Amino acid sequence: MKYQNEMKLRFPSRSANEAFARTAVSAFLAQLDPTVEEISDIRTAVSEAVTNSIVHGYPDCVGMITVEAAIGENGWVVIRVKDKGKGIPDIAKAMEPMYTTCTTGERAGLGFAVMESFTDRLKVRSTVGKGTTVIMEKRIALRDAQKDQ
Amino acid sequence: MSLRIVTQGEEVTAFLSGEIDHHTAKGMREEIDGCAVRQKPLKLVLDFREVSFMDSSGIGLVMGRYRLMQELGGELRVTGVPSHIKKVMRLSGLDKLAVMEESRPRKTTTPPPHRQPSEEVQEALKEEQPSDSMALSKE
Repeated sequence: MKYQNEMKLRFPSRSANEAFARTAVSAFLAQLDPTVEEISDIRTAVSEAVTNSIVHGYPDCVGMITVEAAIGENGWVVIRVKDKGKGIPDIAKAMEPMYTTCTTGERAGLGFAVMESFTDRLKVRSTVGKGTTVIMEKRIALRDAQKDQ
Repeated sequence: MSLRIVTQGEEVTAFLSGEIDHHTAKGMREEIDGCAVRQKPLKLVLDFREVSFMDSSGIGLVMGRYRLMQELGGELRVTGVPSHIKKVMRLSGLDKLAVMEESRPRKTTTPPPHRQPSEEVQEALKEEQPSDSMALSKE
C-alpha cells in the first residue's frame, strides 16, 4: 500500500505513555475526519496494544515501544505497535478471549479481543526473546469531499 | 482520572471520571478496595457517567471489584455507562453478569425559587434609593 502520510513515535514502556500513544495516533488520524465512534475504536485498540507491550512485553524492565501510523488509500489506516520484549510463545493461545497470564485477577485478558473487534484486520507477529509486532488496519469511512480528491 | 467515593448507609458509590486504562486503574483499585474493606458495604456501586475513555483495563477493574464484593458477601453494581463505553462492556459480557444498572438520576439540590419581595418592601426599597437628580455632595 502506498502511504499518503505516516508517523512514528518511540517511547519507553511506562504506563503513563498509554494515554499519550492513543491520543497521538487519534490526533494524527484526525486529518481523515473520522467519526466519534471510529476515533474511539482506534484509541481503544492502540491503548490495548501499547498496554500489552508494557505489561507483557516488558514485565520486569522498561524497554522501548514504537508506534507507527500510516494513511493509505481509500481511508485505510495501518497502525503498528512494536516492542523488543519477551515475545509470545503461543500467539493463538494469547489471542483467546479471557486468556491472561496475569495472576492477580485484575486483567481481563481481552486486549486482543478488543483490537480484533475494534479494527478491521489484526495481525500479530512475535518471536520469544525478540519481541512482538501488532498490526491493525481500519478503514475510515471517507466523507463525500474526500472521495472527490 | 479522578475518583469520588460516597457512603450512604450500607451502600458505597465510587464516582469514576476521566480515563480508565492500565495506568489509572491501579490507583482507582487501591482507593476503592481500601474503602470497601474498611466499610464492608452491602452494595458497591461503580458510577461511570463521567468516564471519557475506557479500555479493557476498566473491565479488569470491574471484574476485580466484583470478586472482592463476593468475598465480602456484598453486591456490585455498575451504573451510568455512557454509550462510548458500552461497546467495551458488551464485548466483555459484563452486561450478562447482571451487575449493570440503568443510570441513577443524579441527586441535585435545586435552589429555592426566587422570591419576589412583597409590594410593601419593594416600595420601601424605592424610597431609600437616591433619585437621579439628587447629587451626592459634601456639605
